[in-house]
Amino acid sequence: MRDIIIIGSGPAGFTAAIYAARAQLKPLLIASSVEIGGELMNTTEVENYPGFPEGIMGPDLMTNFQQQAERFGTEVVYDDVVELELDGPVKRVKLGNGETHEAAAVIYATGSAYRKLGLPEEEVLSGHGLSWCATCDGFFFRQKTIAVVGGGDSAMEEATFLTRFADKVYVIHRRDSLKASKIMQQRAFDNDKIEFIWNAEIAAIHGTDAVTGVTLRDTVNGDERGLDLDGLFVAIGNDPRTHLVHGKLDLTAEGTIAVDGRSSRTSVPGVFAAGDVIDPSYRQAITAAGSGAAAALDAEHYLAALDAGDDEEAAPVAAPELAGVAAE
Amino acid sequence: MSARAVTEATFEQEVLKNDKPVIVDFWAEWCGPCRAVSPILDQIATEHADKIDIVKLNVDEHPNLAMKYQITAIPAFKVFKGGEVVQSFVGAKPKPALEADLAAYIA
Repeated sequence: MRDIIIIGSGPAGFTAAIYAARAQLKPLLIASSVEIGGELMNTTEVENYPGFPEGIMGPDLMTNFQQQAERFGTEVVYDDVVELELDGPVKRVKLGNGETHEAAAVIYATGSAYRKLGLPEEEVLSGHGLSWCATCDGFFFRQKTIAVVGGGDSAMEEATFLTRFADKVYVIHRRDSLKASKIMQQRAFDNDKIEFIWNAEIAAIHGTDAVTGVTLRDTVNGDERGLDLDGLFVAIGNDPRTHLVHGKLDLTAEGTIAVDGRSSRTSVPGVFAAGDVIDPSYRQAITAAGSGAAAALDAEHYLAALDAGDDEEAAPVAAPELAGVAAE
Repeated sequence: MSARAVTEATFEQEVLKNDKPVIVDFWAEWCGPCRAVSPILDQIATEHADKIDIVKLNVDEHPNLAMKYQITAIPAFKVFKGGEVVQSFVGAKPKPALEADLAAYIA
């Protein structure tokens, strides 16, 4: 049995691995089969990760994370977790290839998944003009008219990026102001190819083989109108990826994994959570990384207490006055 | 045997005139999910080399073929049999999901 298994390969998972590996816990990191590196793998320039004054490409940053984790002895497995057994002193992690790994502690850092619009035509048109990844698919929309749905940083980044290819990029947002950071907003406002459609949501997507347009619904008066489009990019937020732990770990009202105060301790002893999967508020690469470090330190403390045969002391006390500071 | 690269020059011979079903992986260097799924395709190509060929087409280098086959998202996979597209699907998926998509050709 191992000391620790880390599930997830974004900033939280790899930072937890760097800390755990340097603590000589020889972590096994389950990186997933096709989403290695997490969300940053689908971004371009990351300008707000400290330590890179000129910015760094998201995939390069994640490669650096992985190299740093492996340098200290992290073992990385490229597979998906299909089942978890978290109760009791031995945690079991079953993978898609049929293997089961055992550890005394688990750090769960699976991040979040793109939120869907919730329209029936979404499945059929996905990959046929409907996309969640501007960096993957923008290339195919040269000289086209497309739209981005959303009002956050990722929507602004995608819209700005997509103007490299498209002639016209609409940004469709359900409110009359943006949640995106000021610098990202300004970049979009200053871009001649971008036009904002405020107070509007997508009521329907048109097209049988490929996207041909959408029906917009005014969120104030309910009026509907059509808009011709060659492509639609969805950036309306993310939901924490918790399906593997439903019924196993306590969740919060926001759907994130519940942790004890400022710590990473979940409702099950020996199971720690970090990154977007516990964060309803910030969801930045740097906050996820910080959270991964905290989880590794909490896990290290837990394992040390186990070794000392002192289960009661396994949980350090979090500063109670700061508990819940992240909950808006 | 890993999935080998095809070009506009070799596409007809390697794909359209191939006796076996051929899975073409439309990909690009800048596409993270494409790079993630690539080793899985290599595995499937090796494990089922007797039944199918898997080849990769770089859409950056060969935009005409990408346009001809109406690629709007990558990674995109098209199965060719007797020169015709018989199945298409898009997106990086775990190995079991890809094997399920290709069940008709590798089972």
